[in-house]
Parts: sequence; C-alpha cells; structure tokens
Amino acid sequence: MAATAERRKIYGLGARFSSATEIYEAAKKIRDKGFRRWDVHTPYPVHGMDAAMGLKHSILGKIVFCGGITGFTTAVCLEFIPSSILYPLIVHGKPTGLFTVPAFFPIMFELTILFSAFTAVGTMFVLNGLPRWHHPVFNWDGFGQFSDDGFMMIIEAADPKFTEQGTSELLAELGAKDITLIHE
Amino acid sequence: MATSDMLVMGPNPTAEEPLPRIPLVLNNRSMAWVTQRICGIVEGPTPLWWFIALAICGTLALICFSCIGYLISTGIGVWGLNHPVGWAWDITNFVFWIGIGHAGTLISAVLFLTRQKWRTSINRASEAMTLFAVVCAGIFPGVHVGRIWMVWFLAPIPNANGIWPNFKSPLLWDVFAVSTYFTVSVMFWFVGLIPDLATLRDRATSKIARFAYGFLALGWRGGNRQWRHYELAYLILAGISTPLVLSVHSVVSFDFATSVIPGWHTTIFPPYFVAGAIFGGFAMVLTLMLPARAIYGLHDLITPKHVDVMCKIILLTGSIVGYAYCMEFFTAAYSGNPYETWLFLRNRMADPYIFSKLYNVPVAPYWWAYWAMMSLNVISPQIFWWPKMRYNIWVVFAVCMCVNAGMWFERFVIIVTSIHRDFVPSSWGMFHPTWVDIWTFTGTFGLFMTLFLLFIRFLPMIAISEVKGVLPEADPHYHPKKGDHENQPVTTGLHY
Repeated sequence: MAATAERRKIYGLGARFSSATEIYEAAKKIRDKGFRRWDVHTPYPVHGMDAAMGLKHSILGKIVFCGGITGFTTAVCLEFIPSSILYPLIVHGKPTGLFTVPAFFPIMFELTILFSAFTAVGTMFVLNGLPRWHHPVFNWDGFGQFSDDGFMMIIEAADPKFTEQGTSELLAELGAKDITLIHE
Repeated sequence: MATSDMLVMGPNPTAEEPLPRIPLVLNNRSMAWVTQRICGIVEGPTPLWWFIALAICGTLALICFSCIGYLISTGIGVWGLNHPVGWAWDITNFVFWIGIGHAGTLISAVLFLTRQKWRTSINRASEAMTLFAVVCAGIFPGVHVGRIWMVWFLAPIPNANGIWPNFKSPLLWDVFAVSTYFTVSVMFWFVGLIPDLATLRDRATSKIARFAYGFLALGWRGGNRQWRHYELAYLILAGISTPLVLSVHSVVSFDFATSVIPGWHTTIFPPYFVAGAIFGGFAMVLTLMLPARAIYGLHDLITPKHVDVMCKIILLTGSIVGYAYCMEFFTAAYSGNPYETWLFLRNRMADPYIFSKLYNVPVAPYWWAYWAMMSLNVISPQIFWWPKMRYNIWVVFAVCMCVNAGMWFERFVIIVTSIHRDFVPSSWGMFHPTWVDIWTFTGTFGLFMTLFLLFIRFLPMIAISEVKGVLPEADPHYHPKKGDHENQPVTTGLHY
C-alpha cells in the first residue's frame, strides 16, 4: 500500500496544531514567508484569522447586493405590469397610481429579502466550491479531527515556495504535530 | 454556585472585574467534550421514551392529516365556521403557530447581530422549532380556502383566465411574507448545520451515517478560506432575516389592521403582534428546551443563565404585550368611536363579577377568553421580576405553559370576539368548534412534536461549531497562564 501511495502525486503537507493560539501564530509566520496556496482548517471560524492569513475581505457582500437589487426589480415588474397594464384592479377604491405605491411595498421588500438570501447562500457555495464531496485533503486520515478539536494547517504542493523537506521542517519549527504528506 | 465558578475564564482570569461574567459553557468544558456531548445524542442508541413519544405524536399527526382529508373532501362546513364568524380556529391557529415560529429567527438573527453569545446554545433547536411551527402554520391558510385545488390562484402566474391577484391586498402580502420567511429560515438553518454535519460525518462509524451526513455536509472542510465566505454569508442572512422576522408578523397583523372591523382596525397591531410573537416563541423554546436539557443532561451548555435571560425576554415582551392590550383599550375608549368602545367592553372585558357590574352592561359572551389572555400573558410572567423564580425550572416551565395557552387565547380573542358581534345585531352569533376543529388543532401539535423528535434524534440540536467559538480557548489571544500576554481583550476575550 505504501508503495502505491508513494507513486501518487503529492497534494501537500498537513500538520496539526493543538490550539487556536498556536495555529494563529503559525499562520502569521507562514503568511510572512510568502506562501500562497495554504489553508487552516478549524472547528469554528477563528477570530482574526483572515488577517493572520493575509486574506482580503470576502466579495460576497457585493454580490448579495446585486441579488437584492434583482429581487427588488423583479417585484416591481411583477406587481406593476399586471396591476397597471394586464389586469388593472380597483379594490377598496384604490387604483394603481402614485398614491397607492405604499401598498406595493411589502412584496417588494419580501422579494428583495428572498433574492438576497438565495444569492448569499448560492454565492457562498460557489466561492467555497461546495458541494464537493471528494477532495484530496480527505485522503489524510487524521484530517477529520478538524471538525472536533484539531487545528489543521495544509500547505499545498502547488505553492511555489513548497518543498517537501523545507516546508515540513518549517512546520515542525512552528510547533506542528502529526506532519503528514497528503497524496492526491 | 460558588463565585469562583462564576468568574470568566478570560485571557487573564485573575484580573479584577467589577462584575464577573458567567461563562457560557459551565465547568470549563473542552472542545472535544462539546463534540462528544452533542454528537453522542445522535450517535447513541435510541431511547425507549423516544419511540413512545414518536408513536403518540405520530398518531396525532395522522389524525391531523385525516381531519384535513375529511375537510378537503367534504368542505369547510365540517368546521364550526359560519356567519358571522367566518374566521375562527383556522386563522387563530395559523397566527398562533406563525408567532411561535418567530423566536427561532429572532434568536438566530437578532441576537447574532447584537452579539448575544448565549444564543449559541439554543439557536439550532429554536431554528428547527421555527421551521416546524411554520409548517404547522402553513397548513391552515392552505386548507381554509376551501377548494384547495384552486390554491395556485394565490400565486401571481399567467393563467388562461387572464386573472392576476390583487397586489394591494394584505392576504397576498401574507403569501409572500410567510413563504419568504419559511424559505429563508430553511436556508439559514441549513447553512448553520453544514459544519456540524461535517462533524457527524467525520465521526460516523456506520456506512449509512457516513453517506447521509457526508452527503448533507456537502464536503465541508472548515478551511479558513471557506469560513470567511461562510461567516459573511451567515452575517448577511442574519442581517436580512432581522427585518424579515419583524415584517412577517407585521404583515400577518395587516390582515386584520387594514380591515374596517372594530377590534381589528388598529394601528398598534404590527408592533403588538411582533412583540407577542417573540413572547410566545420564547415560551415555546423554553417549553421544548427544558425537557431536552433534563433528558440529555445538557446543563453545562444550556445553563441557568440561559434560562434566566430568556425569562427576562419573556418578561419584557410580555409587558410590551400587556401595554399593547391596555393601549388598545385606551384608544378604543378615547376615540369616542361607539363601535370600538362597545366591542372592547361588551364583547371582551365585561366579566360577570366586576366589569359588567361596574359599567352596568351585560356579560360579554367571551369574557373568559379575554381574561384568560390577560392573566396568562400579562400577569403570569410578572413573577420573573423575582430573580429566584427565573432560576426555578418548575416555575419557568409553568409560566411558559401559561404563555403558550395565553398566546392562543390572544389570537382567539382578536379574531372571534371582534367578528361575532359587530355592527348589525341581527347578524350576531357565537362560534362553536366542531370535533374536526379540535382534532385538527390538536393534531398540529402532534405534527410539530413529531418533526421535533426526528430532529433531536438525527441532527445535532445544539450548534457545535458555534458553541466551540464562544469557549474561552477559542480566542487566538487566549493564554491559560496569567500575565504572559499583553493587549488582552477586555473582560471575556470571546470573539466571533
């Protein structure tokens, strides 16, 4: 088994840290060394980790704004086209006009919310590459600990700064345990 | 509880604090303990009581469905609805359930935005409760239309008749509000579940469990590159759910407030309904969580402090509701509108002992419903002014049961007492529920509990990753030893 594993392509190096503090400090050092293709896998979002990893703010918010605008526009068209052109309806003595616009607000509001929510969830899935049931990181047997109390760091072999020997030594220096080679 | 236990395990536990914070998870539990405790419930053998409870609740749910089948096949006449009471238990039950469905999103969204970290222990179960309550709520407006096969007329879709719905009608707003609320709540709940499903996936021993949880976890890897999008998506969902939750019950109240019926035509309705919904929802959260906490031994996660703050919210919202009841009454009296004054006094308030004698008016036929509402909703929570009562589980449970009943009476009072006797005395009448009314409503409790039982059996009922995030050691600046770190965050060091 080991022989076949050797022949497979290397995905990267995995390492475990035992606390949020340790991985936070380690992440800052890895960032400063100029690594690009690496990630930390934690049981919960560690506060301040984005800065420690040198990540920019997520663009999700801007996309959701567009989703919300789409929802609002959809509602405006959905309400005013039937109410003023296709099927003008006067109930309670309220024709469709400037003075009855407030009566159309609730549906505009609801659809804005609905479209924003769909966009937020959908965009999050797309940006995170979900669903993706298989991923090389799952080849690391100890990886499952990330969802319990393990703080895992994975540096990909695709990173220009990656060398099997050097990166592994660097991780050991930062106090990592269980340093493991992960294959594709 | 000793004072030392109550001291926060912050970055520097010995630092003097004017008011020591009570930890959110008691007994210094570790992350592994949190995982084990919550996942253990799902992974362990199914207890006998669960099967018994499921059998009872499932039977009730089946009765509910049978009643609905009977209603659809025979007609709305099988309910006690008649002229003048055209809306009775159906809409009462709808408003009752949708109101209960408000606490979940309130806890998830509003308390998230206001950084109330204690929400982490109860948000998952309350969100689930929200969904199940909205499912129960959705049944009633769905079936009360009579010809249910025409229900698609509610949707604004092009049809052969060239008919479109009236977009200015609160009933159509309701369709949009409730369906949006349900959809967004499902998404919010599922997004929150993903990391915990990954935990169950990584711990699963059986092939079926690994496949099922693995499928639902969508391949979550908990990388920080995922978390940063995840957190923002969650924040945005919280941000948009906050106005949403406030809008849903406002829109429900518009069904009444935009009409001309005395007792319904009231501008105070939107805030009053929202406060009532939060009030009733929190009571239902406690009704479900107190037994769950006792059965599964979750006392370290759902601490007395959690119960305490929820009781305070019940006290606050109960008092707001009480204020609204009084203000409604005052407005009716002060308006000088004879119908309004008449309705409040002679349809609601005039009990046989005091008010009918005081004002020399006949006894109101539904005086018992009005006073049940007043005493259960306004008077019973006032006991929570006394801190000791907020820490007494039995008192808390009893008050929550009172509130559950009281909130049903509130909707009954608003709906039935307003329309049973209005402008023209010749068309006055009383409402009498039939057995179909009674069993449909009882059956929705069975449905609600069946769904909740399935939830606690197969899904983590406490948000594992979120609870871990509020543990002291979750903070990257946390140092267990004192005095070896500068720039300590103030008091807790607990961050999101």
